[in-house]
Amino acid sequence: MPAPRLPAWVHAALPPVVLLGLVLLTWQTVAENSGLSAFILPSPVQVAQAAWETRAALGEAVTVTLLETALGLAAALALGVGLAAAMDFSVWLRRALYPLLVASQTVQVLAIAPLLIIWFGFGLLPKVLIVVLVCFFPLAVSTADGLASADPDLVALLRAMGATRGQIWRLVRLPAALPGFFSGLRVAVTYSVVGATIGEWVGGTAGLGLYLLRSKNALATDQVFVAIVITSALSIALFLLVGLIERTALPWYYSRQRARQWEESGIY
Amino acid sequence: MPPKVELIGVSKAFHGDGLTLRALDDVSFAAAPGEFLTIIGPSGSGKSTLFNLIVGLLQPDAGEIRLDGQAAPARLGRVGYMPQKDLLLPWRSVLDNVTLAPELRGVTRAAARERARELLPLFGLETFADAYPAALSGGLRQRAALLRTLMTEREVLLLDEPFGALDALTRRELQDWLLTLWTRFRQTILFITHDVEEALYLGDRVLVLSARPARVVKTLTVALPRPRRQGLQALPEFGRQVAELLEALGIAV
Ligand SMILES: Nc1ncnc2c1ncn2[C@@H]1O[C@H](COP(=O)(O)OP(=O)(O)O)[C@@H](O)[C@H]1O
Ligand SMILES: [Mg+2]
Repeated sequence: MPAPRLPAWVHAALPPVVLLGLVLLTWQTVAENSGLSAFILPSPVQVAQAAWETRAALGEAVTVTLLETALGLAAALALGVGLAAAMDFSVWLRRALYPLLVASQTVQVLAIAPLLIIWFGFGLLPKVLIVVLVCFFPLAVSTADGLASADPDLVALLRAMGATRGQIWRLVRLPAALPGFFSGLRVAVTYSVVGATIGEWVGGTAGLGLYLLRSKNALATDQVFVAIVITSALSIALFLLVGLIERTALPWYYSRQRARQWEESGIY
Repeated sequence: MPPKVELIGVSKAFHGDGLTLRALDDVSFAAAPGEFLTIIGPSGSGKSTLFNLIVGLLQPDAGEIRLDGQAAPARLGRVGYMPQKDLLLPWRSVLDNVTLAPELRGVTRAAARERARELLPLFGLETFADAYPAALSGGLRQRAALLRTLMTEREVLLLDEPFGALDALTRRELQDWLLTLWTRFRQTILFITHDVEEALYLGDRVLVLSARPARVVKTLTVALPRPRRQGLQALPEFGRQVAELLEALGIAV
């Protein structure tokens, strides 16, 4: 009897879900039977209970963190794409900016965060700025590389057809840059939530970072785990969302990859 | 009537890495309105460079290029150009690829699509209008690229080895189909090929280029009646002219 065919996304999700289940099961067993106190190693069930008990505070914290993340991502998008466009516009700007951008990434966020708090206070702004700092770089670099990757023969063809520089940008450079842009965006969103949380940890009055800090100070290890799980769940959700948008926005890119896979596996 | 396209003493060299590579040397020829001129030469001789010059992507080092009898220093957008690679935009469907030229001219998308839809059946593309280029076979991609070139609505079309990468059967089919199109629209066509038989089968005249730097070594008026049909290749004149072209190309017979 042939195996029933599963939808593609189930096929993709099944292995990590099974593995995660196994890890949780092992964790639960170890936590229950090792004799370690819940203060050292709370079990997954205890973590879930802690999340439920603090749900009101948690909901508020998630809302604040998500707001900071969204604002920061939006600003990072504008800055990253703007820088990429500037670097594409002029070779001189590219040579001037590129090394500085790379250098900017060697500065530790943990070192910058207190400075931003000192300058801009304990409100929303410094957190948003930290998100921008960790997110604009992958966006700028991958978009700039994407713009540069446009096939010069295609550009020549459009020129031969009498296209203006603006038309070439719109019809060739920009679409060619989109796959690169999206891979930068995927990296950016996975950094973004963590960035916001770090800002809150260093000097926040709300958010997941503060929840984490308070839980740590109260030695509520189960709540520390809650914060960790929620932070990565948010990051994963954003990552998946970007993937979904990308698939909808670039059907040509995915149909081409599929065609390539077929060719490689010799179906044609 | 003045020639549609005329080259007078055109030379072109490329410079790079301290080397000078002479691609074209004193090339002169003219194509009359409605003529089908095929151009043949060894690979790497400078045929594509010749087209890049006529299109206006390159400027000659010496000599002059005239369109409609007038010196034409700015030529971009004035002739239809189909490069050697099909170069379809991968993010556009077949339909949106072929409407590129009208769109660039400022024709509304709706009007451009309407015109394209009329022509799709003629190109055997009507069932592929909404497909992305990646999903098409080589032959279909060439048809789409050719339709895109035709949609430039220019009176001169430059086709650079359009059938070079196709299998022999598809190639013959497309040759006949191109002739049908030409009979209908009567553009002036310059057609590069490295296939002697193809040059004869399609052309009114055949221009033979030498190895690099390319020079015109022979111009041959094809002695075959129109309309051309597959099977003409068996005629004695055909064989005689094939031999003549091979000799001009320096291939002993
Ligand atoms: N833009 C360019 N820069 C430098 N060399 C070039 C350029 N375009 C073509 N060439 C060189 O000129 C020669 C002729 O090329 P091409 O016109 O493409 O030949 P063909 O089309 O006859 O095969 C080749 O040796 C090629 O490497
Ligand atoms: Mg060539």
